[in-house]
Formats: sequence, structure tokens, C-alpha cells
Amino acid sequence: MRIVLRVWRQKNAEAPGAMTTYEVDGVSPDMSFLEMLDTLNERLTLEGEEPVAFDHDCREGICGACSLVINGEAHGPERTTSCQLHMRSFRDGDVIDVEPWRAAAFPVVRDLVVDRSAFDRIIQAGGYISVPTGAAPEAHATPVPKAAADLAFEHAECIGCGACVAACPNGSAMLFTSAKVNHLGVLPQGAPERETRVLDMVAQMDAEGFGGCTLTGACATACPKSIPLMSITAMNKEWLRATRKVPRG
Amino acid sequence: MSTPTVCAMALATRTDRRPSTARTLWDSTVGKKTIMAVSGLFMLLYLLVHMFGNLKIFFGPGQFNGYAHWLRTVGEPFLHYEWALWIIRVVLVASVVAHGVCAYQLSRRDLRARPVGYAHRPARSGYATRTMRWGGVILGLFVVWHLLDLTTGTVHSGGFQPGHPYQNVVDTFSTWYGDVIYIVAVLALGMHVRHGLWSAAQTLGAGSVTRDRFLKITANALALVLAAGFIAVPVGVMSGIVS
Ligand code: HEM
Ligand code: SF4
Ligand code: FES
Repeated sequence: MRIVLRVWRQKNAEAPGAMTTYEVDGVSPDMSFLEMLDTLNERLTLEGEEPVAFDHDCREGICGACSLVINGEAHGPERTTSCQLHMRSFRDGDVIDVEPWRAAAFPVVRDLVVDRSAFDRIIQAGGYISVPTGAAPEAHATPVPKAAADLAFEHAECIGCGACVAACPNGSAMLFTSAKVNHLGVLPQGAPERETRVLDMVAQMDAEGFGGCTLTGACATACPKSIPLMSITAMNKEWLRATRKVPRG
Repeated sequence: MSTPTVCAMALATRTDRRPSTARTLWDSTVGKKTIMAVSGLFMLLYLLVHMFGNLKIFFGPGQFNGYAHWLRTVGEPFLHYEWALWIIRVVLVASVVAHGVCAYQLSRRDLRARPVGYAHRPARSGYATRTMRWGGVILGLFVVWHLLDLTTGTVHSGGFQPGHPYQNVVDTFSTWYGDVIYIVAVLALGMHVRHGLWSAAQTLGAGSVTRDRFLKITANALALVLAAGFIAVPVGVMSGIVS
């Protein structure tokens, strides 16, 4: 396959960027989208040009590093991560636009790489549980109801990629934050910080400059891990409960 | 990338004072949405009653004007003349202001949060959000016009007669612009309620996977009933059923 790429190139956070056109030849339909970019970068390197910078790590859809907006869709046309997207989803001769996540809270570092440390600070604000450390506790010391375990697992699937923010017209981080809040909130181990967690994580989310939720559902459509929109509803409920229950004074 | 961490150290206990509930609500995007949801539901409840009341116009001037008079005497002798009406007006003005201010502040924040758009525009790009914002602005302007037209009579076409709402309504809907402004606003209302009611359920944490279908159908049905009920009045005047 021959692919025409229009890629966002930007030297650093301050420099202005622009879409730059490249042709990539000899693309196999079995290549992943990132392997196709590797092919381009090998050529650019040989030609003495700067390769296109993009984030990636596991390349198996579990780490959340890859982050490409492909033809206007976060992670591209399939419901998966950019690294698990394959070139068979495109046709020979296609023109493909590749852009970084766009959100004020995710500034571009270089080319297609954005700074997602705002997510880390949301986690630091409350995405933890206080457990006694030392020897591993007896596995059945804290019984977890099956339904709670399933719900926690569904939310624990969030890999923190930020596609939800990239897809949202308001650059809102509600889907990510709700996945983390619900993951820990439904488990007995998460109970001690149940109120402070949701209040602090939502406050940090706001402080980072993410937009608010208008329930367009673009986030849940883009999420490679199928975190449902109702996760936001559940967090809203937790948040309202916490405003009533949290100790003050 | 960001996975929940298990704290290995003893947690530093938060000792800072937490702000009041009102402060927490006002300072948070989730709180402001809550204010929008609650004020929106107040307005919605009022509009349902308002719509039903308006339909009395089909039973003649005696019935309609009598109903308008009753609105002023309701609650007597416990309440004084027009007190009930004023209580409703105060709650409504508070709701409109709270709803509008939160909508404005949240919308500004949302636009700032996405300063750079995509070169490749996605097909679906916030249809609901845009109709809510523009629809909301249309509704806000309509409310002002509506009050100046039929409550104070300031911009009324023809002689405004206080205490004779039947004739005033017929006058307004006998002008083409009266009909156009009103029908556009009611259609905007229908769209607004369609997304707004379902949205409010999510904001207040009342939505769920099993309840979603029910909520969407309810929001659509309510939007339809409201719009049809309100539009019946100008249609009645235009077709000569009400004159
Ligand atoms: C006239 C009666 C009105 C009613 C019954 C109404 C009702 C509602 C309801 C129930 C919501 C949902 C709140 C939530 O999502 O939690 C909402 C949202 C909203 N309203 Fe209104 N509203 C009215 C007027 C207005 C006006 C005058 C404005 C403009 C200032 C406005 C702007 C908005 C906006 C921007 C939203 C957020 C939409 C979103 O979720 O994307 N509304 N409205
Ligand atoms: S909710 Fe989905 S899209 Fe958002 S960060 Fe988590 S995995 Fe990525
Ligand atoms: S590189 Fe790890 S999820 Fe894509």
C-alpha cells in the first residue's frame, strides 16, 4: 500500500506547528499504525531529517502511551488504541491526517507527543487506597461481592491514555476521572477515602483546566477500553453524596 | 500510564478545612452542573404548568381571563393578593439567573479547555452542546421579549390591556413576527428539554444503564408534549379557532 500522511510537526512546546505531508510506500496491511510510522521514521532518519516524535510503549494496547488523533478521531477509526490499529483499516492511496491530542491541559511537547502529567496529578489527588503495608494480607480477609469486583474491574480497565479528553469538544477529563473514582469507590478497600477521593480528584481535574461535561458521549465512543458514559453519572452521584457526607471543620 | 497507586507510606492526614457545601458546589464544574440541573428542573416544572394553563384559551375569554385572575388570588386567605404569583416569579428569576450564569461560565471554561481544534474535523462534533448553548441563548432572549410583550405590555402590538390576557394573546399572535418569534423559541425549548432533561438525570446521578431507555423516551415525550402544547395557542389564533 501507498499512504499519504499529513502529520502535525512541531519542534517544541513554544514553536508553531503545521501539518506536513509525507508519502509512505510499501505499507503492508498487516502493519500496525505505529509500524507504518516507524517505516516513515526510518526513511526520515536515513535522509537526515528529524523523525516524527510520537508516544508508544507496550504496543499491545495496555499501557496507554500511544495517543494519535487519526482522521479527526482519537485512536483512529477502530475502537482500540493507536498501536493496535492496523493498516488494513485503510485503503491504498488514502490520505491520513495524524494530529496530537488537543486540550489546554495536554500541551504539545513535540510533534505528536503531549504532556499528560495532569492525569498523574489527578491520580495523586485521590487515586489511591490506604492499606496496611508489610506482609501480603490474607486474600479472603476482605470479602468483595462479585458485582462490586466486576464493576471495579470494568473501570480498572482504563489505561489513562487520554483519548476521552482528546475526543471531547470541551476537553473534559470526566470519563478518565470517573473510571478511577468508580474503580476504587466500589471496593471495600477503597471505602476509607470514599468521600475525600471523589472531591479531591474532581477538584484537581478542574484545577488542571479540563472542561466540564456536557454529556455529548464523544469520550465513551473514543475510549479504547469501553469505559461507559454512565461511569460519569455514577461519579456525579458519588460527588453529590460526598458533598453531604464529608466531615468539615 | 496513570494507574491507581497503593500508598506504601503512612498517609499524610488531610487537616485542611474543607469549604462549605455552597462553596464546594460553586467552585466545581460538577457543582455548577448540579445548579443547572436543579434550576432547569424548576423551570421545566413551571413550563409544564404554564403550558396546561395556556390551553384554557380554547375555552373562551371568560375561562382564560378567570384563570389569570385566579393566579393572583390563589392561596388566599393565607397568602395576600398576588403573593403566590410573586413567590413563583422570584423562584423563576433565581432559576433563570443561576442557570444562565452557570451555563455562561461553564461554556467559557469549555472553550478555553480546547483552544486548538483538529485540522481534520470529526463528523460528530458536539451537536448537543452547540444546540444547548444557542438554544439557551434564544430562550433567554425569548423570555425577555415574552415578558415585555404579555406581562408588562411594553412592546405589545396594539393596545395592551392589563387583566385581559385573552385579547392580548390574540393581538400578539395576529402579527406574523409574534408567531415566528414564539414558534422558533418553542422549537428551541423542545430541543433544549430533549437533551436537558436526560442530562439533568445524569448530573444528579439518577441515570443508569437499565434506566437509560426510559429516561430518553421520557425526555423526548416531554419535549414533544411541551412544544405541541405551547404551539397550539398561536396555531389556534392563526387558524381562527381562537379570536
Ligand atoms: C427556559 C427554560 C429552560 C429550561 C427548562 C432549561 C433546562 C435545562 C436543563 C434541565 C438542563 C440540563 C442540566 C444538566 O445537564 O445537568 C439544561 C442545560 C443547559 N441549559 Fe438550560 N434551560 C432553560 C433555559 C436556558 C437558558 C435561558 C440558557 C442560556 C443561558 C440555557 C443554557 C443551558 C446550557 C448551556 C445547558 C448545558 C447543556 C449541556 O449539558 O450540554 N438554558 N437546561
Ligand atoms: S477512560 Fe478510556 S479514553 Fe479515557 S483515559 Fe481511560 S482508557 Fe483512555
Ligand atoms: S503503546 Fe501501549 S497502549 Fe498503545
